[in-house]
Amino acid sequence: MMPDLGKYALVVLASYGVSLTLIVALVWASWRRGVRLRRDLSRVEARRNGGPR
Amino acid sequence: MSLWEYANPKKFMDLSSAVSPWAAGAAVLCLVVGLVWGFFLTPDDYRQGSTVKIIYLHVPAALMAINAWLMMLVASLIWLVRRHHVSALAARAAAPVGLTFTMITLVTGAFWGQPMWGTWWAWDPRLTSFLILALFYLGYIALWAAIEDGDSAADLTSVLCLVGSVFALLSRYAVLFWNQGLHQGASLSLDAKENVADVFYFPLLVCIAGFVLLFVTLVLIRTRSEIMARRLKALLARERMG
Repeated sequence: MMPDLGKYALVVLASYGVSLTLIVALVWASWRRGVRLRRDLSRVEARRNGGPR
Repeated sequence: MSLWEYANPKKFMDLSSAVSPWAAGAAVLCLVVGLVWGFFLTPDDYRQGSTVKIIYLHVPAALMAINAWLMMLVASLIWLVRRHHVSALAARAAAPVGLTFTMITLVTGAFWGQPMWGTWWAWDPRLTSFLILALFYLGYIALWAAIEDGDSAADLTSVLCLVGSVFALLSRYAVLFWNQGLHQGASLSLDAKENVADVFYFPLLVCIAGFVLLFVTLVLIRTRSEIMARRLKALLARERMG
């Protein structure tokens, strides 16, 4: 159940909203870059080893 | 077995591949438990009202913003002394994580300061040193991006990291030797009498554990990416040369 934040509801919720958004964006960007690099590296290594182009 | 064995990229990739899923799971668990506990199950403070709930984000983020830079300092020193590429890449990987934690600290501090101090911002020693730390993070990231040669970039950013460490330490200790600021003293101390009340203290510890584990997870993932990017760049250069 949502606690009663009283007159400070806006600043408390904004703090959580901004912080969690920044964390999720950082995690997503870090994970996404890892996936993209792994795919690109696999493709180049396969090409070097005479695999499919 | 020596710690330096993990300076070998292959060994680091094997170790980080095994560790990062566990670190990620533990980070999510601690963050969910700590934030739900802190937000839903703790009372308001008798002076600060419900704004005390901001402590579960503000304090762990501030702690890790400083510690991220100190981790970068250690990694930079290892690079400068022993020339291990993985340590330079780990420092590079940690910078955006540290910057994000610094931004969270500044934003939540502003949201907390407005109702308590009547202002979003004050040129208080701790606030100002954190702003300078954020600028150092931006400069560090920009310097890595601006220099094409990886080893030269690692050298110059390591020197910048050494200089920035002064501000990281200043951010940590500013409240102790500058008393004229608005910012209160440290919320956590080895002296139990100086800590926040137990009802806030224990969920705060869980949140701090969550932020530490999140940092470890992200640095592992991002260092792996940096190693892959470096190898990809080398392979493509070799291909171009024929």
